Amino acid sequence: MKQPFSKETQSIIYGKQLKAVQRMLDFDYISQRKIPSIACIIDSNGRGIETAFFGSEEIIIPVYNTLIDAAKYHPNATVMVNFASYRSAFETTVQALDISTIELIAVIAEGIPERKERIMGALAKEKGKIIIGPATVGGIAAGKFRIGNTGGSVENLIASKLYRNGSVGLVTKSGGMLNEMFNIIARAADGINEGIAIGGDRYPCSSLIDHLLRHEENEEIKFHVVLGEVGGKEEYKIVEALKDGKIKKPLIAWVTGTCAKIFPTEVQFGHAGARAGEEQETADAKNIALKEVGAIVPDSFDGLFEKIKEVYNNLKSQGITSKIKEFTPPDIPIDYKKAIKEGIVRHHKEFITTISDDRGEEVKYAGIPLSQIIEEGKSIGDIIGLLWLKKKLPEYATKFIELVIEIVADHGPCVSGAHNAIVAARAGKDLVSSLASGMLTIGPRFGGAIDGAGHYFKWAKDNELAPKKFVDEMKKKSTPIPGIGHRVKSIRNPDKRVELLKNYAKTYFPKTEYLDYALEVEKITTAKKENLILNVDGCTGVLLVDLLKSIGFTNEEIEKRINAGVLNAFFVLGRSIGIIGHVIDQKLLETKLYRTPYEDVLYTLPKEEEL
Amino acid sequence: MAQCGIREYAAKKLLSKYINEYSSGKFQYKDEVALVTPENSIETIAEKSNWIKEKRLVVKPDQLFGKRGKHNLILLNTTYDEAKQWINENMGKVVEIGKTKGPLTRFLVEPFVPHSKEYYIAIKTEQCGDKIFFSETGGVEIEENWEKVKEYFVPILESIDIVNFSTVDETIREFIKALYKLFVELDFTYLEINPFTIINNEVIPLDLVARLDDTALFWNKDKWGDIEFPTPFGRTFTKEEQFIRDMDEKTGASLKLTLLNPKGRIWQMVAGGGASVVYADTVVDLGYDKELANYGEYSGNPSEEETYLYAKNILDLMTREKNPKGKILIIGGGIANFTDVAKTFKGIIRAIREYKDKIKENNVKIYVRRGGPNYKQGLALMKNLGEEIGIPIEVYGPELHMTRIIDIALKGERDETAI
Repeated sequence: MKQPFSKETQSIIYGKQLKAVQRMLDFDYISQRKIPSIACIIDSNGRGIETAFFGSEEIIIPVYNTLIDAAKYHPNATVMVNFASYRSAFETTVQALDISTIELIAVIAEGIPERKERIMGALAKEKGKIIIGPATVGGIAAGKFRIGNTGGSVENLIASKLYRNGSVGLVTKSGGMLNEMFNIIARAADGINEGIAIGGDRYPCSSLIDHLLRHEENEEIKFHVVLGEVGGKEEYKIVEALKDGKIKKPLIAWVTGTCAKIFPTEVQFGHAGARAGEEQETADAKNIALKEVGAIVPDSFDGLFEKIKEVYNNLKSQGITSKIKEFTPPDIPIDYKKAIKEGIVRHHKEFITTISDDRGEEVKYAGIPLSQIIEEGKSIGDIIGLLWLKKKLPEYATKFIELVIEIVADHGPCVSGAHNAIVAARAGKDLVSSLASGMLTIGPRFGGAIDGAGHYFKWAKDNELAPKKFVDEMKKKSTPIPGIGHRVKSIRNPDKRVELLKNYAKTYFPKTEYLDYALEVEKITTAKKENLILNVDGCTGVLLVDLLKSIGFTNEEIEKRINAGVLNAFFVLGRSIGIIGHVIDQKLLETKLYRTPYEDVLYTLPKEEEL
Repeated sequence: MAQCGIREYAAKKLLSKYINEYSSGKFQYKDEVALVTPENSIETIAEKSNWIKEKRLVVKPDQLFGKRGKHNLILLNTTYDEAKQWINENMGKVVEIGKTKGPLTRFLVEPFVPHSKEYYIAIKTEQCGDKIFFSETGGVEIEENWEKVKEYFVPILESIDIVNFSTVDETIREFIKALYKLFVELDFTYLEINPFTIINNEVIPLDLVARLDDTALFWNKDKWGDIEFPTPFGRTFTKEEQFIRDMDEKTGASLKLTLLNPKGRIWQMVAGGGASVVYADTVVDLGYDKELANYGEYSGNPSEEETYLYAKNILDLMTREKNPKGKILIIGGGIANFTDVAKTFKGIIRAIREYKDKIKENNVKIYVRRGGPNYKQGLALMKNLGEEIGIPIEVYGPELHMTRIIDIALKGERDETAI
């Protein structure tokens, strides 16, 4: 019989079990395998690649969505570790049995119906293949191949010397007891050569005896340790094999579940198969039967350690133990994430944020949990306060912010922002592109006056320039004063929006020093020309400066915020509402591509001789 | 779980629902079977099912135990009124069946059918296939007549059509095949009808025992309907056991508790299904079975709160009645794969701290053994706890094999007994 595991064995992992993948590769690394034990992964939800570490080197593991593909591209993979759920484990295992290159399948799922299990087992026997499981962690061939998560943490793999082969063949029913047995065998003898947990079901696809007979033929294995379990009659096959001389190597056995007899009613332990239906299936009966045919059976589990030690020492004195090349397994580099968690490493951050945090239970705005903000009935003005200004704003301020947004939300289809958005929407562009196309027109000439007005009026007022002087200075520079002047509105035909803003501020703001200053300037400019009024941009700009001042920002802090674009931001935010509206409107109207008519363009090209 | 016994009532319901389909219309079994419970009286059933009042009846308890005739618990060939009276007299009555005692709470009621021929059939599963046992002389004396029972084997990868039933009467042969198909398709793991008879293609199962594979629920939801998997007869739960069962049902982790002897002095709280059995075994194997108070297991990564409640429950139970010889608490476990040992210990430590006075009053010695991720930290926490609150807590890691702490704990016992 060919042994299924060597240092070259490669496997297909069914199911995207990336932790198990990494654990197998860690085992490979400390065992000094030259090639990884994993050839590829099967994930029914998608294909592509995954990466994992082989020591400190990162390697690529291909992902396929069918077993057929995986086997086709990796004919050298002889093992499949099947992590499929109990619902699909049967189909995937039967499929794998049909693939000629796959010789051994480990089925991890628990809860596969017994009939399906028996069919899988029988099919495997018919095809001369091995199934380990179901309902097991799998097993390990020390220094050669680890099935999935068998053996636990890297520390335990090293402590139980699973990175190099010992002399002992171990077969258990329980996967949970494997680590303990590895530990016992490593301390009482020279460690395991191969340890398999066949799984706790009543009809595992391969039984204790199947693996024992395989171990009997494995020359590296010098003696057997078997841990059986109450329920079923599989242990009697070992009894028969011992009687028939099919097992000649020393065999130490113990069947667990001897306590079942003191339970008041029939007891079903955790494993599906762990229930004694009749006297023969009890742990006591099986222990006695094994002992009678020459198995070494201690008086209790506790005696296993001494029995193993005895047998090992005896064989050692006769020179019948594996020749083991001892070495110190290399350290597995610690995972960066784990190191961070444990505070072992530190590093510079690439980004800094001071306004929101999504790492905890819920997102926080400026340190306040979102649920609290909602519960307190806060408005969009409060949220702008938290995220833009990092302040809890008083109500007059949040209401004012909302007023500004409402006022600037839209100004018809003809302004450059809306126009551009409409043209883009009519060209068939999506909402985001059309919106962006409109928004990109916001700048010094469109919408930008809020920023400019805030900036200039603040500068003039802070430098105590008399309004007259300010107007003259601007004229000298031949710069129109931002926020002054309107196409149609004038001192006698005032802009309603400006009235709204002014009245609100006069009623609710503690102080309006910049507005007052701007109104002084307006007096001078309107004296020159009636339509040189403080327009909506100018009014918004100076009132936002008043607002920032009233909520406690210093002059310098306000300037920094103006330079960062905070004033303009109110216009950008507000107007995006209108532009989105225009885009949606055009989409619903299914308007056609816009082309500017020839008659709207003045064509005056240079004559050739002018060039 | 896998193989689970179901009530005779439930099995007969399945038979009546499907035997016609699996025999391609040849056989039928009338849906005349009822289950009387404390909540569903025979009067209520009679309102819908006329046959109960019209026919002669058979009544017997239906609680997963056999030999009802020998225990004088079958009422044969009776009237509705007699049946009603008999059920009323027996409902809630505590009876002793073998080693177990329990109240009668479920009664099967069906028509009494006079018959001459009694057949026996049983189907059971084995690793490589299913075994069918059939006899033309069924009934209560089946074991005495076992040499007349014929045995047939259906290999797991084959169909029943390969089996040679040439010695069996044709009608019966067809019934066996149909019953076997039903057994396979509905994921039975055991089915015994003894006896049954067939009158004009009408199947009459007189007594029946069945188990289903409950892991097949996903595939059989529709066919099984609302099937019940009752606990074995006589298995009642103490308040504390029920508390752990309820907790177990609500969590992805596994929490188990069976009280064996509340006066016992050795209490266990062991991590892992396999390990918990081995710990209990070892106490029994070392001859202290009379002192073993409980079987207890926690595994599958329970939360700190869950281990706290679990430990509290056990500490509460074990400190109720003092014993002059003191008590032993084994906090055991193998080597965990990936469970953070220190984390699971935190809940236990919280409980011990809460119960420190009672632990001292009851002279409890605590022995801890565990391995796996962070075990050193976990053991240090336990050790420090012992020193801090003045309770003897001995801790061991993987340098000592799992069950050795039992030997160490009992060694003290043996020495004291020697003195």
